[in-house]
Amino acid sequence: MHVSLREAGFDPWAELAACQQERLAGGAYGATAAFVGTMRDFNEGATVQRLFLEHYPGMTERELERLATAAVDTHGLLDVLVVHRVGRVEPAEPIVLVAAWSAHRASAFAACRELMEALKSTAPFWKREETDAGDRWVERNTPG
Amino acid sequence: MTVTVKLFAHLRDRLGFGDRSVEVPDGASVGDIWRAISGEEALPRHVLAAVNMEYRQPTDAVQDGDEVAFFPPVTGG
Repeated sequence: MHVSLREAGFDPWAELAACQQERLAGGAYGATAAFVGTMRDFNEGATVQRLFLEHYPGMTERELERLATAAVDTHGLLDVLVVHRVGRVEPAEPIVLVAAWSAHRASAFAACRELMEALKSTAPFWKREETDAGDRWVERNTPG
Repeated sequence: MTVTVKLFAHLRDRLGFGDRSVEVPDGASVGDIWRAISGEEALPRHVLAAVNMEYRQPTDAVQDGDEVAFFPPVTGG
């Protein structure tokens, strides 16, 4: 299980490859499910030029660890990877990567989806958007 | 007793501070701390609270030296 916050951009595909190479034994897993969330340049009818992702240092990491541990325990996963940006994010940059490895696909799919939804509802992050009409806090998530 | 109160996102903008020590009577709850800093009777339904970085309810008790955080609904991912 690995959780990390990044202040700089990251390549989710390179993260997946590195995780598989360094932490997972070839032959042990039969399924990998991954979700990548990327910054849109539009939201709620406005063009968004940039995003600032605030977090609660300490609690955010702790909450992500808790969610990842719960996913491993619930679904009997072999490994979980969570990478999330903080700070300034530009359109088209990845914001979040959630990946789950398991012996069979059902648990990998379910864990990836559940972990992502749990992250959206409990991990302490807040988005502030820079739009044509000024800055604004994002008040709610779009439905999953 | 003294607790450290932290506010995030638009709650910090609205109440005008991000981090402050607050004196409250012994036995105060999370909801009592909110009343002390905001002047509002009850914690608004959408506001989330954490004590020492774990989610807590308004009725939960707080101890001397705790870090009590209030924040709006989270919007990560």
